Amino acid sequence: MPLTLADLEATDAPDKEYLWTLNFGPQHPATHTTLRLILTLDGEKVINAIPHIGYLHSGFEKLAEHLDFNQYVTIVDRMNYLSPLANEIAWHHAVEKLMGIELTPRCKYLRTLLSELMRIQDHLLNVGTSALDLGAFTAFLYCFTMRERIYDIVEFASGQRFHTSYTRVGGVLFDVNLEWVNKVREFVRDFPKTHAETHRLLTRNRIFIDRIKGVGVLTKEDAINFSCAGPVARASGVVRDLRKDEPYLAYGDLDFKVCCSQGGDCYARYLVRMQEMAESLKIIEQTLENLPAGPVNVEVDGGSRAVLPAKPAVYRSIEGLIQHFEVIMPNRGFETPKEEIYAAVEAPNGELGFYIASNGTKTAYRARTRPPSYIHFAVFPHLIRGHMLSDVVAILGSLNIIAAELDR
Amino acid sequence: MAVGLPENVFLTKLDVAANWVRSNSLWPMPFATACCGIELMATASSRFDLARFGAEVMRFSPRQCDLLIVAGRVVTKMLPVLQRIWLQMPEPKWCISMGACACSGGVFDTYAVVQGVDRFIPVDLYVPGCPPRPEQLIAGIIELQNRIKQTGTLNGREFIQRTEATGPEPLELEELRRLRQATPVEGLPIFHAPDLKT
Amino acid sequence: MIDITALQAQFGSELSLSEFRDNRRVICPAEKAHALLSHLYHAAGFNYLVDITAVDYLEWENATDRFGVIYALLNMEAGERLYVKVFVNDPHPTLPTVYNLWRGADWMEREVYDMFGITFAGHPDLRRILSPDEFTAFPLRKDYPLKGRGERHNFPVITRADS
Repeated sequence: MPLTLADLEATDAPDKEYLWTLNFGPQHPATHTTLRLILTLDGEKVINAIPHIGYLHSGFEKLAEHLDFNQYVTIVDRMNYLSPLANEIAWHHAVEKLMGIELTPRCKYLRTLLSELMRIQDHLLNVGTSALDLGAFTAFLYCFTMRERIYDIVEFASGQRFHTSYTRVGGVLFDVNLEWVNKVREFVRDFPKTHAETHRLLTRNRIFIDRIKGVGVLTKEDAINFSCAGPVARASGVVRDLRKDEPYLAYGDLDFKVCCSQGGDCYARYLVRMQEMAESLKIIEQTLENLPAGPVNVEVDGGSRAVLPAKPAVYRSIEGLIQHFEVIMPNRGFETPKEEIYAAVEAPNGELGFYIASNGTKTAYRARTRPPSYIHFAVFPHLIRGHMLSDVVAILGSLNIIAAELDR
Repeated sequence: MAVGLPENVFLTKLDVAANWVRSNSLWPMPFATACCGIELMATASSRFDLARFGAEVMRFSPRQCDLLIVAGRVVTKMLPVLQRIWLQMPEPKWCISMGACACSGGVFDTYAVVQGVDRFIPVDLYVPGCPPRPEQLIAGIIELQNRIKQTGTLNGREFIQRTEATGPEPLELEELRRLRQATPVEGLPIFHAPDLKT
Repeated sequence: MIDITALQAQFGSELSLSEFRDNRRVICPAEKAHALLSHLYHAAGFNYLVDITAVDYLEWENATDRFGVIYALLNMEAGERLYVKVFVNDPHPTLPTVYNLWRGADWMEREVYDMFGITFAGHPDLRRILSPDEFTAFPLRKDYPLKGRGERHNFPVITRADS
């Protein structure tokens, strides 16, 4: 494990005439969104790659300093837009840790369920589009059919199919009902079929394997040294999953496995994602059948002053109305500790953490995101070196780079 | 008609024929930067199937396309790229601004996000929503097709009179002018000489 | 668990430890930051750098220093987290790079430089990463306005007639 700058110096391309430079992006179908690579090529072999990012830098963290803890959830949504709810859960997990709010059991289970749904949604798109980039169109369509089902489920719960803005400090926006539960049950029933179909289409597909096996190998030492997390690290043999190692929400009560692989290449990352979907489905089943009854939001009195009261209470009682105004009005609001805290959850892409510095008001003084995509994309030049030009899309696809999370 | 035409022969104006052909074979160039790009993908894939409306041939090279769909927010670093892509597209071409961010900046009223792409490139149709549902985008495309059928011309005469930017001026124009007069702000001389229409 | 008294014996008594919920923070003077981080990496097993970030304390009540740089560390084997906080000040906030310890620090330091203007001495490639190269301000500093200084309006307009 070289820990010196010698590693970087070795990568400097020899100044030869026949080397040529290729600009890849920022608008390219395989980047899915916007990122740019300057590739130095020797024929078809990639000698070096310099990523240029920031083509979607929209000032999320600056906005966090101007919106309160409830409002910022709408912005966080737009960060990793393959799995918006996972970001919301991560954000409010950090806020609740800052404020010391203990969620109700129902809310814990509901959020667990939703974050696993999001994991499936994220991995489905990742598997589908990385196959699409390599020329396999059918798997993409199969995956999108299932994604639409998940959209339906979250739309039923929150009213929006994409950016749900569903969580609130100390709870969620609306409680779910039996009809929703039945919808999820249907999904749990139907999903294994799609999962098996995708397996049949891709896992032993000769062309697919030839394109991704042995490509972009990340060793375990490098994965740790480059701060990788999530499926990328687990595919390199790093056994770390915040759901197991630092159990949050309801993960402590549930029975599931952490999926790892030793390969470290694109194929291993694909397999880890496929396996994680199966595990997520197991978690969904468990949480759904054990969904506790009771209130979904933290009690307003005795609990926290930061929680929005239930709508019937707002309309029918003066206390509820006052509490509603206390939370909503710009000149009022709740108090937070004058402290700084870091809290992370296991998002589909890896460890998604928030570092919040709060100066006592209901607006964060500074809210830093630890974005997994950003950290994984930094590894990209290391992975692509020595491979072919056509492997660029394979590696990009397997790292699951989301530009909005990358640039924020 | 006295001259009795043979079967399967129709008479029409050249403009109308061209519009009919153009409107039903729009080739979109998906300029997908953010969340709306995923909804654009959803529109083109299994459930919503944009192919039913003759606009599914997504081409990622602007030289092959005649419909630019700006899906997602465009930031200061990206806007020159967008402008270049727009200039590279061959005539006749149209532009759909998809989603609140592309239309007006949306929730991102920050230093980096361009407050509506219509200020810097011409836009024909806005699809609001954050992000718009696939049905909404399909409705937008159908609306654009109808508009091409009704107002299109063979040589693009209808575009000539559009000499102004489609979008509004910056809301904080006065404030910006004041700021600029008061102090030569460090950080301003990026990109081009500021043109605030003084 | 890392023992703070042992650290204090080695790096001087300016080191202080504070706790909030489960976050344990070590505040360290800037000149000793690299020695401390290097010790934590080599001797205490903190082999994983979770994040590097910074906070601009310009509008913070009773703050004495301008910037705080936070290194979030993790011990993979023990699962222990530690946050090292280092204060730096104007006019030239500078810290030594930790790229030679954790290579993941490369882009994190570049982002802190881009957003706050804190330079990392010894970093191999300290360029702006998110903002355009021509940008001269540091957007996440508290004296930079949310809506910028008009950068987002500085583009030529392309009209339909001339395209």
